[in-house]
Amino acid sequence: MERLLEEIPNFFTIWNIIFLGKAMGVTLLLTVIGCFVGFSFGGLLAIFRKTKGIILLPLRFFIIIYTEIFRRIPFLVSLLLMFYIFQIFKITDNLFVIATLTVCLIATAYIGEIIRSGIESINQTQWDAAEAMNFSYYQVLREVIFPQAWKVILPPAFSFFIMFIKDTALASQIGVMELTFAAKILNNKGFSPMLSFGTILVLYFILSFPLDRFGKYMEKKLASNRN
Amino acid sequence: MGYTIVYTQVLEFFPYLVRGALISLQIAILAFFGGMFFGLIFATIRTFGNRLMNNLVICYVTFFTNTPQLVQIYFLFFALPEVGILLSPFMAVLIGMTLNAAAYLCEIQRAGFLSIRQNELDAAKTLNFTLIQQVKYVILPHIMKVLFPPLSNHYIIMTLGTSMAAIFGVEELTGRALNINSETFRSIEVFSLTALIYIVITFIATFLLALIGRYFFKAKMRIIQ
Amino acid sequence: MPQIEIKSLNAYYDKLHVLKDINLNVEKGEILSLIGPSGSGKSSLLKMLVGLLTPKSGEVHLNNKSINYTNKSDLRSVREQIAIVFQQYNLFQNMNVLKNVCIAPTKIQKRDQKQVEEQAINLLEKVGLKDKLKSYPDELSGGQQQRVAIARALCLNPEILLLDEVTSALDPELVQEVLDTIRILASEGMTMLIVSHEMSFVKEVSNKVVFMDNGSVIEVNDPKVIFDKPKEKRTLDFVSKILKD
Repeated sequence: MERLLEEIPNFFTIWNIIFLGKAMGVTLLLTVIGCFVGFSFGGLLAIFRKTKGIILLPLRFFIIIYTEIFRRIPFLVSLLLMFYIFQIFKITDNLFVIATLTVCLIATAYIGEIIRSGIESINQTQWDAAEAMNFSYYQVLREVIFPQAWKVILPPAFSFFIMFIKDTALASQIGVMELTFAAKILNNKGFSPMLSFGTILVLYFILSFPLDRFGKYMEKKLASNRN
Repeated sequence: MGYTIVYTQVLEFFPYLVRGALISLQIAILAFFGGMFFGLIFATIRTFGNRLMNNLVICYVTFFTNTPQLVQIYFLFFALPEVGILLSPFMAVLIGMTLNAAAYLCEIQRAGFLSIRQNELDAAKTLNFTLIQQVKYVILPHIMKVLFPPLSNHYIIMTLGTSMAAIFGVEELTGRALNINSETFRSIEVFSLTALIYIVITFIATFLLALIGRYFFKAKMRIIQ
Repeated sequence: MPQIEIKSLNAYYDKLHVLKDINLNVEKGEILSLIGPSGSGKSSLLKMLVGLLTPKSGEVHLNNKSINYTNKSDLRSVREQIAIVFQQYNLFQNMNVLKNVCIAPTKIQKRDQKQVEEQAINLLEKVGLKDKLKSYPDELSGGQQQRVAIARALCLNPEILLLDEVTSALDPELVQEVLDTIRILASEGMTMLIVSHEMSFVKEVSNKVVFMDNGSVIEVNDPKVIFDKPKEKRTLDFVSKILKD
């Protein structure tokens, strides 16, 4: 215990603090880019998944397969698979790029499902009424469905965002310099593991907890608006 | 380029991988039920306990749900030895996953407790049900129906979560994939096959859980992760 | 020449045969009511007419023109001539009353905005809701929402109006205000197909009543005949059971 207290000033040097700050930045960047791309492309997936024509059947099929695959594989396996594909086909050896791409692919699948679920929660009669007035599929989505669905989509999407911050920890396994990898480095440098990993736990908490509270507050507000 | 995708070498390891998958399932089930047990205790404390116990549980749950499971296990495995507690990789993973699960399953079960509507209890009381009968015929069936989908969902998440055991050397599915990879260097083949096995496992699990849910608990099963 | 001619029409909801060999004619200006037990296909018939349920076989003629419901431009033209009001959830929850009524005429029919607004306000006044222009659907009662839905349908300037159980989801005290609105329209000469369980209203307002059961048209006749001396036994069974309540 005394050893721990002695180590603290050695641990919290300027260099280490900056190092951890950068790592935190990488974690955030992975999460934010992943969710932003995930929301955009996930939205597209959801929209095209509900189309009706025969012509678009292969697209719908592809979307369903894609979504099921990336939601049923562990993050770690997705990362490893992407890592080796990139490495073997010499696409790039920038670890951050590989991790970001994988993260985007995963987020697209999950958020796509959340958006789809939100769209489907809107009563069918809203669709029928609009279609019977000659709204095109996209007009119904734009004028009627999405303006209502976003309230249903936002809470679980935000929840996912918060969860995703924690999932980026796995990117450490392919060598990306995010928070967990930083902890490993500090540990390997000889610092106390309790200090290294303990600090990282606190840092993740600092990232996650305020967002979690904000999410709960937002959920309450949306629920009360609906009533 | 110079890399051709050939599965034959890796397919020889298929039984080895499947046995690894069984270990993954083992970890998931143990951690899940461990988490359910403690989660139930915590949920009970949260719903009925005194102020102090309630706050302690809140701290526990808040901590474990706002930090990554991977780092929690790292801490158990690397930091505890500093205070003299040595855990094997398997135990570190199991305990870590159980502690993590307890936090999430506490919240899920608490939601179940809170979902009991006063009307149902009143109806049971007016029919002269004793307390035990109320629990058995009204409360329990209702809770189980409400809880089954989110619990099933979390179980699937945990099954996929067992893959991080590989990082600590546990030879479950992903761990064995890493072994095969270092032996044959057929990375794409081995990890795509591993991915496929995970997909199959989760499909089977989802299907079975949906069946159980529908027939035993009359629960409406649509698993959204 | 009948305004609507339906010949040997069959339609399916997945595997369920919901419309079986339907033959029915509707004259211009006629008020035709569809009655029958749940699941008899009454609502499905209306949905089919407006293109929400594609027929498997048979013919539909509208104003002497044959309609192919799988053809996009046919579908568009049908929907410009027929308007429908559903049992509930008609109004778009994210728009206020005025926007609900105006959006299709302005955005889809591409009519002049000022003119549409003027017509909308007139129609809303007609249904007694002129003071609710800026209200949102969740601020209105069920009966008020249905009246707005009727105004919205009328703002499309349809030749034919379909009313699908528009009072069935309402609290009893709100039903009359909607029926009163329909009575006014009935007296103005619009062709209407009404699916309803309000038997006395049906008897009062219809020119013709159609009894459907299990996807088929069983009997088509004057309201007096259907309710007092129906030709078919099944009609008699249904009518006597309903009128007993």
